[in-house]
Amino acid sequence: MREHDVEQELVAETYEGDQEIVPRDRTSPDELRREVGAVLRLPENYGLEGAEVDIERTGDDTMIINMGPQHPSTHGVLRLMMELDGETVLRTKPIIGYLHTGMEKTGEELTYQQGATNVTRMDYLSPLNNELVFALAVEKLLGVELPPRAVWIRMLLSELQRVSSHLMWLATNGMDVGSTTMMIFGFREREMLLAFFEKTTGLRMNHNFIRPGGTAADLPDGWEDDVTLICDTVERRLDTYDELLTGQPIFRERMEGVGAITADEALALSVTGPILRSTGVPWDLRRTMPYLAYDELDFDVIVGTYGDNFDRYAIRLNEIRESIYMIRQILERMPQGDYRVQDKKVTPPPRARIDESMEALIHHFKLFTEGFKVPEGEVYVAVESPRGELGCYLVSDGSAKPYRLHIRGPSFVNLQALPVMLRGGLVADAVATISSVDPVMGEVDR
Amino acid sequence: MGLEDLQHNFLTGRLEDLVKWARRMSVWPVTFGLACCAIEMMAVGAADFDLSRFGMEVFRASPRQADLMIVAGRVSQKMAPVLRQVYDQMMEPKWVISMGVCASTGGMFNNYAIVQGVDQIIPVDVYAPGCPPSPETLMHAILTLHEKIRTGAITRRRDEGGAGREELAGWVPERPDAVRLGTPR
Amino acid sequence: MTVEPGEGLLFPHRDEYHDVVRSHREQGFEMCSDLCAVDYLAHGGRRLPDGVTPERFEVVAELLSVEHRRRVRLRVQVPESDPEVDSLWDLYPGVEAMEREAFDMFGIRFAGHPDLTRILMPDDWEGHPLRKDYGVGRVPVQFKEAPGPR
Repeated sequence: MREHDVEQELVAETYEGDQEIVPRDRTSPDELRREVGAVLRLPENYGLEGAEVDIERTGDDTMIINMGPQHPSTHGVLRLMMELDGETVLRTKPIIGYLHTGMEKTGEELTYQQGATNVTRMDYLSPLNNELVFALAVEKLLGVELPPRAVWIRMLLSELQRVSSHLMWLATNGMDVGSTTMMIFGFREREMLLAFFEKTTGLRMNHNFIRPGGTAADLPDGWEDDVTLICDTVERRLDTYDELLTGQPIFRERMEGVGAITADEALALSVTGPILRSTGVPWDLRRTMPYLAYDELDFDVIVGTYGDNFDRYAIRLNEIRESIYMIRQILERMPQGDYRVQDKKVTPPPRARIDESMEALIHHFKLFTEGFKVPEGEVYVAVESPRGELGCYLVSDGSAKPYRLHIRGPSFVNLQALPVMLRGGLVADAVATISSVDPVMGEVDR
Repeated sequence: MGLEDLQHNFLTGRLEDLVKWARRMSVWPVTFGLACCAIEMMAVGAADFDLSRFGMEVFRASPRQADLMIVAGRVSQKMAPVLRQVYDQMMEPKWVISMGVCASTGGMFNNYAIVQGVDQIIPVDVYAPGCPPSPETLMHAILTLHEKIRTGAITRRRDEGGAGREELAGWVPERPDAVRLGTPR
Repeated sequence: MTVEPGEGLLFPHRDEYHDVVRSHREQGFEMCSDLCAVDYLAHGGRRLPDGVTPERFEVVAELLSVEHRRRVRLRVQVPESDPEVDSLWDLYPGVEAMEREAFDMFGIRFAGHPDLTRILMPDDWEGHPLRKDYGVGRVPVQFKEAPGPR
């Protein structure tokens, strides 16, 4: 008990009370069963016995360490408290909230037009996906039908964002496992994509480009050449990364068999995205519940077998390839037309018309000061972000601001798989496993 | 005229200049990336905007080994005591760059959850605006910091104001000096 | 329990909520996609089917069937005087974090949850931020017409 008091003195300011892990001698047996996953309440025929819970280990045999919110892993402010027996991890408790920004509350203060600026900062590695899900939810409540070009521009940007997010994941995962070369390579490719985004949307990150009603502007001239160059370069260099990592024995040893999770556990924990696909469940919202025009594109859903870190790496690498294949199809089939819906109550008029027409000026004024009103109702829309199912639950009360904006962040839910994955493994694998879950703390904490 | 023709083989200068040169040419940041700005900070360290040419590519994980804290991202209420603890663990001389509008003033999030400006918790030397600041802006901020280290403005102000010592209660943020920007002479 | 036209929206009563979810789980809804809460204090008037009495809070659970590719949404009315609802944790362990967030942000208690503590706010925070009677917490900015603290 004395050690605990001294510990409390030193870390008094950052002590988070009930949110932290409780030492073994004060833990209930139910809680101890987390160590063997019995807490998952799997169906009875799975056969977990009570004897698997190790009640003979006392508080002196195990050690609780804190991998604080500031740590070398590049995945943001995630705090992990792990209970170790030597080097083996028993229980894990992630403590989140270190990046809580009150975005859902802020979303209630901003109009629908401004909402994209707020939502885009949640998953900051693929911001256009956040804007897309918000815009889709608003459009569903509004009941507007988008012109085809708007839909295909959104799809193009969404897939480019997926490529950029997975490249970033390759970079940070390589860095976490120890390969600094991969970090430099990943960022180099990403710079090409970010330059294209800057040309199209005006910003490298947090674009605020996909808005309810369509997109903010049309694609720039010469975008086909840029996108073709990106596709060719990334595809060629993917083979280099394949060679750098996939065949390399150290990488394989560190990733194979580590952080394994089964399909039942993944479904029970509401895990989606590459983690669920790595266990063998072919669940990809673009294929099973298509949105935008994904049912017109031809692509494969990449599925793994063992549910370990290596499978997730392979899935993400191949998803880049699939996305590039999809981008090439979109290149050929991009329709002409409007990039946003022509409903005057929703879309601001073109800037030139404001000088000519009083009505356009009034519409512009009302849209940007008061905002357009959305009929009363509630809707849940989900898209497939690079991390999993990104959902938006929107409740409207008929005014110009959302009444309740809730974003279902995939990383928030996927983090619940971490204790299962880390259980029984070594401390040194914790960083690699966290990295393969690919959490983005912006959408975890919102 | 080669080296063998030199009559004198020593140079004079001030020790202080040498110390400042050494300090600004190898500022090591501590990893304090919080949110979106952290991605741009990593991009600065990567290939296209190479931070290594300033000797800063080593991001030290341990604050004891670092000189510079780039607060990259929004600081929430829960993170604020952690921020202060990490800052306290750094050794003098230490500098802080507040990267992005969320760290500088709370940014677009003027609400209950975000500390409205990291200078409410730690003294800041350079503020870099942007949401997120593009890598060029961050490099500009870093070069400004180098310039300030070179001219000694920081250490002089610290001695006057007493910042960096334990009695920081009642510490009032001061207006930063206008610094001539451009290539350091 | 009443069903609204349009696939997959149900309004179970608080007492039968757990049983309804259990029966859905047995029918093949393997995953609970999302669970959140809404505070209807400042809402003008929402459309509810007959037989459902509106309360201040609503807990919204979104279930997903991977096998049948279907979603269903359940909205449970939770009164302000007794903000407690059954936890779905024993059916879907994945709602643990989502229910903690609903507790943290709204103060709705979930009976049967293994670890109902705050998740996003610091442990000693007072109040439930996403309730409608909790202000945004704006700090006055030095602009002429800026709104003051709320």
